[in-house]
Amino acid sequence: MKKLSSSLPHLILSLGLITIVVGAVLAWVYEITEDPIAQVEKQKKVKAIAAVTPPFDNDPMAETVEVEMDGHTIPVHIATQGGKLVGGAVDSYSMNGFSGEIDVIYGFNRDGEITGYQVIKHAETPGLGAKMEQWFRDPQGDRSVIGRNPGTKELTVKKDGGQIDAITAATISSRAFLDALNRASRAYQQAKTQYNE
Amino acid sequence: MNKLQIIYNGLVKDNPTFVLLLGMCPTLGTTGSALTGMSMGLATMAVLICSNGAISALKNVIPDKVRIPAYIVVIASFVTVLQMIMQAYLPALNESLGIFIPLIVVNCILLGRAEAFASKHPVGDSLCDGLGMGLGFTCALTLLGAVREVLGTGRIFSLEIFPENYGSLIFVLAPGAFIALGFLIAFSNYFKTRHA
Amino acid sequence: MLTYLSIIVTAIFVNNIVFAQFLGICPFLGVSKKLSSAVGMGGAVTFVMVLATTVTWLLQEYILVPLGLTFMQTIVFILVIAALVQMVEIVLKKIAPALYTALGVFLPLITTNCAVLGVAILVTQKGFDLGESVVYAAATAIGFTLALAMFAGIREQLAMTEVPGPMRGVPIALICAGLLAMAFMGFSGITIG
Repeated sequence: MKKLSSSLPHLILSLGLITIVVGAVLAWVYEITEDPIAQVEKQKKVKAIAAVTPPFDNDPMAETVEVEMDGHTIPVHIATQGGKLVGGAVDSYSMNGFSGEIDVIYGFNRDGEITGYQVIKHAETPGLGAKMEQWFRDPQGDRSVIGRNPGTKELTVKKDGGQIDAITAATISSRAFLDALNRASRAYQQAKTQYNE
Repeated sequence: MNKLQIIYNGLVKDNPTFVLLLGMCPTLGTTGSALTGMSMGLATMAVLICSNGAISALKNVIPDKVRIPAYIVVIASFVTVLQMIMQAYLPALNESLGIFIPLIVVNCILLGRAEAFASKHPVGDSLCDGLGMGLGFTCALTLLGAVREVLGTGRIFSLEIFPENYGSLIFVLAPGAFIALGFLIAFSNYFKTRHA
Repeated sequence: MLTYLSIIVTAIFVNNIVFAQFLGICPFLGVSKKLSSAVGMGGAVTFVMVLATTVTWLLQEYILVPLGLTFMQTIVFILVIAALVQMVEIVLKKIAPALYTALGVFLPLITTNCAVLGVAILVTQKGFDLGESVVYAAATAIGFTLALAMFAGIREQLAMTEVPGPMRGVPIALICAGLLAMAFMGFSGITIG
């Protein structure tokens, strides 16, 4: 086949056809992958919630209470078992990270004690700030926040006169982590009252 | 031209990273570990093989004047397909490669091979060129990723070689990327001049 | 106002596009042999980046999102950028020939500059509004120009030094870039507001 010359009808025809074919293919792949993508997003969330809260038998995604705090909406996912509240997972954040925002999901039991956490997003120095994921559940010294109740007294690092050991050489990241934690705790308390009403 | 010869050219003689110096952004940006480097290489290779094949098949229906926009559309659509497939089936990997997946579109290797090879050669040869270039890119990224990972954390593909405390974190961070790549290219130059 | 200032400082120094985000490396290595061409390239990139980010932001907000076509983002953005570059080239040639002679040679190179597409996608991911997006694009471009100009200055000096054979050219340039990146790491952790 001879190569098409660069006359105007040829240009329009050729580009037009390519665009139509491409558009069709993309729409088709989108159809196929739309459901799996939505599933993946939901799965990730459900997994994170299950990992941080006490055992539950409801769908915490469906029972989400939105709490207004510091000008942001914080979603609190309520976990119940046999219809009774057993705890909740809070999507919290702090803007005071070493390089911007950190997003952490925290789990609480019905008394407001911390049952677990998972760092969702952070931009801290890899290796240093990323130690967050292990540090605050490490039983060594005063590192762990698990089982503590920020509802009775807000948690701060020892440097600020608090109870928790900061991550070595990453005090700023540690402060941000606890900032997000205390915010989560406040949101959880508020959500509990809203939920019970 | 012999097909094996074409693959060899892409892998060694015209290695896109060490010789042609194409596609530097993902080379530096995704090689924090051997695994992410290799994944990025494979993702790029998949798009490169598809786009080379498609452009070679279409070369006679694309008039010269609009060839660049046409190539870009073809490449961008393959990238979008890849992006959606990765979001659906490989979400963890998709997240670790982040913005560098959509940015495959502007990887100079793709447009470069489309213009320099696929638009002049038959489909079979173009597929081989895509495979060779893709492999060359993948090997380079895996190598750089491995070097950075082992110097930075003492591991290769997460297998511990020496304890992490002896690693120098700087190699996983941005400056280490530039420095490690600089030395790798210098080594490649050294061996080339010795064998020439 | 504080948000804008914070975006500017972050984009230029803390998260410098070249040294921390690894975007726009090709022109960074390719057009940095002479200070004058580095500044020219920086100017052209600034121009196109701000324009492209504005247009793609509007497209994303008022066309792609309402129609549920966000999966077409990559393809639409790259076409818009390619078209914009062409248009800028034609318009500059007509109305500002002086500027065209200064920037002209760099314009075609910008289509495949991943920094432009990268910033356009990043602002949609970060959820910036139009004002923030434009400020972010401008600041990023300034950061790019700064990196390019500094690096060109170093390379001009480098050209006059004795470098061992295999290290000549790109390898030594990359290592210098690494040292510069190290210097830029000193900015990390700086926040305003």
